[in-house]
Amino acid sequence: MGSDPAVSADAGITRGVLTSAEIDRALTRIAYEILERNKGGAQVVLLGIPTRGVYLADRLARKILAVEPELAPEGLVGRVDITMYRDDLQRGPVRAVGSTQIPVNGVDGKSVVLVDDVLFSGRTVRAALDAITDLGRPHTVQLAALVDRGHRRLPIRPDFVGKNLPTALDERVKVNLAEIDGADSVTISHGGTTEARR
Amino acid sequence: MTSYFIAGASPLGGEPMNIVLTDGLIAGIGDDLAVPGGAAVVDGAGLVALPGLVDLHTHLREPGREDAETVASGTRAAAAGGFTAVFAMANTSPVQDTAGVVEQVWRLGHQAGWADVFPIGAVSVGLGGEHLAELGAMADSAARVRVFSDDGKCVWDPVLMRRALEYVKAFDGVIAQHAQEPRLTDGAQMNEGVVSAEIGLAGWPAVAEEAIIARDVLLAQHVGSRLHVCHLSTAGSVDLVRWAKARGVEVTAEVTPHHLLLTDEYARGYDPVFKVNPPLRTAEDVEAVRAGLVDGTIDIVATDHAPHPREDKDCEWAAAAFGMTGLETALSVVQQTMVDTGRMSWADVARVMSAAPARIGRVSTGPRAQGRPLAAGEPANVTLVDPAARATVDPGRQQTASPNSPLRGLSLPGRVVATFLRGRPTVLDGRPRQADAQEVR
Amino acid sequence: MKHLLSTADLSRSEAVTILDTAAQMAATQERAVKKLPTLRGRTVVNLFFEDSTRTRISFETAAKRLSADVINFSAKGSSVSKGESLKDTALTLKAMGADAVIIRHQASGAPHTLAHAGWLDAPVINAGDGTHQHPTQALLDAYTMRRHLKGEVRGAADSKGVIGRDLSGLSVVLVGDVLHSRVARANVALLHTLGAQVTLVAPPTLLPVGVDVWPCAVSYDLDAVLREHQPDALMMLRVQRERMSSAGGGFFPSPLEYSRLYGLDQRRLDMLPGHAIVMHPGPMNRGLEISAQAADSPRSVIVEQVANGVAVRMAVLYLLLAGTSGTEGA
Repeated sequence: MGSDPAVSADAGITRGVLTSAEIDRALTRIAYEILERNKGGAQVVLLGIPTRGVYLADRLARKILAVEPELAPEGLVGRVDITMYRDDLQRGPVRAVGSTQIPVNGVDGKSVVLVDDVLFSGRTVRAALDAITDLGRPHTVQLAALVDRGHRRLPIRPDFVGKNLPTALDERVKVNLAEIDGADSVTISHGGTTEARR
Repeated sequence: MTSYFIAGASPLGGEPMNIVLTDGLIAGIGDDLAVPGGAAVVDGAGLVALPGLVDLHTHLREPGREDAETVASGTRAAAAGGFTAVFAMANTSPVQDTAGVVEQVWRLGHQAGWADVFPIGAVSVGLGGEHLAELGAMADSAARVRVFSDDGKCVWDPVLMRRALEYVKAFDGVIAQHAQEPRLTDGAQMNEGVVSAEIGLAGWPAVAEEAIIARDVLLAQHVGSRLHVCHLSTAGSVDLVRWAKARGVEVTAEVTPHHLLLTDEYARGYDPVFKVNPPLRTAEDVEAVRAGLVDGTIDIVATDHAPHPREDKDCEWAAAAFGMTGLETALSVVQQTMVDTGRMSWADVARVMSAAPARIGRVSTGPRAQGRPLAAGEPANVTLVDPAARATVDPGRQQTASPNSPLRGLSLPGRVVATFLRGRPTVLDGRPRQADAQEVR
Repeated sequence: MKHLLSTADLSRSEAVTILDTAAQMAATQERAVKKLPTLRGRTVVNLFFEDSTRTRISFETAAKRLSADVINFSAKGSSVSKGESLKDTALTLKAMGADAVIIRHQASGAPHTLAHAGWLDAPVINAGDGTHQHPTQALLDAYTMRRHLKGEVRGAADSKGVIGRDLSGLSVVLVGDVLHSRVARANVALLHTLGAQVTLVAPPTLLPVGVDVWPCAVSYDLDAVLREHQPDALMMLRVQRERMSSAGGGFFPSPLEYSRLYGLDQRRLDMLPGHAIVMHPGPMNRGLEISAQAADSPRSVIVEQVANGVAVRMAVLYLLLAGTSGTEGA
């Protein structure tokens, strides 16, 4: 979710982890893995976690539709805002509540794939699981993340990973996407100017 | 009795002089006086000497509300504020509407010894506004009452007001009217205007004061009697009194320190310490009462010192009591608003806070006269004030028993250094000084 | 925003944030599971010194939908009616660990005093004080107007495209007892902040002295205003029947004359532009300020206002309670 671009400039020891082409290849692979695991896309619902998970879910949906053009796009992808399910609301200033958009046929009986940019402590996913529970009763819930940087604090594991990235706790992983950041990249910065985010 | 030698104080702000007080009288004023043998010397350098201040409008709360103030604590506060005499309003419990109650208050004042206490008699029995109280009996009592008022309530019935004005002519009394048309102010909480409309408090319109003043000056003229207007607060009231005086009506008027300083904007925070009756008005009204005080339309400044215990103000606005304390800050407010602005001299201050109120209350003659000039042979009622001092108002350090000063936290000029009541210091070095037991006797 | 005491304290961006948050809250209320875990473990006190079942229930529903614990503290029959002061009540609530206090009081300014006297440090939400303010009512009114008049389909209930928008360009007319109305004061301040043009219409006796400096126009002639302004929203204020018999013989001669001059009937309804909506803060006096025809007409959004009240109050509770207490948030 939101991260501060000033940090990378300030730290000065930022290095690239994934290029635009590598991100695209990873997403293509994840799209195929999702179809493989779920025996096609008919029951799949992609739910992006704001902010960047929403764009990643959209990209995955396009790739799935390219493979299975007969699927209805409006039933395939949505977004789930987890703000009101967070366990850290009382630390820090009040957060703006975002919108949740559920595909037209809902999530009941579906294979929901949660999509996030970076998997870290697992707390965001925990909140998303609670949010989904309030939205309906899916057949399964799976998890896709572009980057898994480790350091889980909860018993949560990803089903689909773009890149496993070993990190130190004080490092900062930043996913940039063309839709809001201008260009695609994944970077890591050292220096401990920011404490572990989640 | 001890003599006091006040060295180098400025009478009415003029050239520094020495002032000698002996046997309760001013023995002499001059720059060539010697220190009499055994006299205590008071350094008067930089101090202004004023005649002892006289407050025509004080609520001492005793008997009945000793939790708010007693005669002793109220008069001690008066002394600390530079006053040597206060007129005690009649809305006590029981009401000061008989010779017995006014004599009780008068005696309590005498025993406390901080300042002369002149009880004000109620106009109507129990302030009920229906039957005249025994005005003559109160006038003939030991308290020698000359001022009568239902203050807190308006003498609303025009017939009762007429009778009262007529009746007190027999002993040269005066009716001090709390001008408030009751029907126009039913449930009123603050000045009716822009602020009340916005913050949703029921309005107390200026016309409710002005309508009664207009009626009363015409009544006073018709019956040829004396009228005093309490705590006049609006520009329209100033105009009416000015008009009446021009017609020769025997009307006098007072303004309170808070109406000289504060506006209804202070109500915006809903702090009931600013709740008072009549209410704080607009900036235009404040300017009008200042101008009225300068040109003599308004004769005097009177405090309307109205102490209330903490719980009566520690609540929502509508539930709070009306009134604010003022004895210990009155002179500072007058200095700030009128003297330091160049609109009045210290001689004017002596007129509006000493001579004129004593004259209106008919206590300016006789051996215990108040409001007399600073001159040899006059009673030694003297207040020394340091106009260069500044202090922040802290109700917790005041002498009054109640904390409801609207000026809390405000920095004001002027400090009363000493108050002499008939030659005896009730305040010295800025601190109240209890009289020796034998002096009280 | 530490408290919500008056709409006059809200900036445009704060007000829009509340409306936007309310829109998200409303979306959650269309789900099968309406309850959110957001304020779990927090305690909200409904402190009502004045009866108002509908406002209390609306706040209670909003708090419960956010999983807060709700304590209803009614002055009726409690120590408050036996002379306990507002101060002691506040100290009691503090001792009980209230995380927020929603107060309804007959005295103007009582919520302000509760918030600022130093008796408790929890956020205070004004649920109506005397003739002063009723900020959540004005916010739900603004929310309703935005939904109907600023969405993609004008005149229909539609939240699409409203996020981030204010009410600029709208003409809103409020009719009735402005003098005694906290709803009118709250609405004038908020609608002005949000950019709407406001016109008050009332008999002169029901307008406060000092209304001339308010950021709105004032008229005594409803027909002329409807004709000339063609308002987008028309809000009828409640007229209490006891206003007819109070001191001075009442504020207007008779209910009949009031209805004739200031009531909303079919004829006046027909003068409104096609997209205009009719609002009323409730409870209505059918036949006095609004006819049954007008109240039940398709233009009437009066029932929807009630529903929107829950979403708006959820938004206010969320914004005041979800962050670190005392933090300057949105």
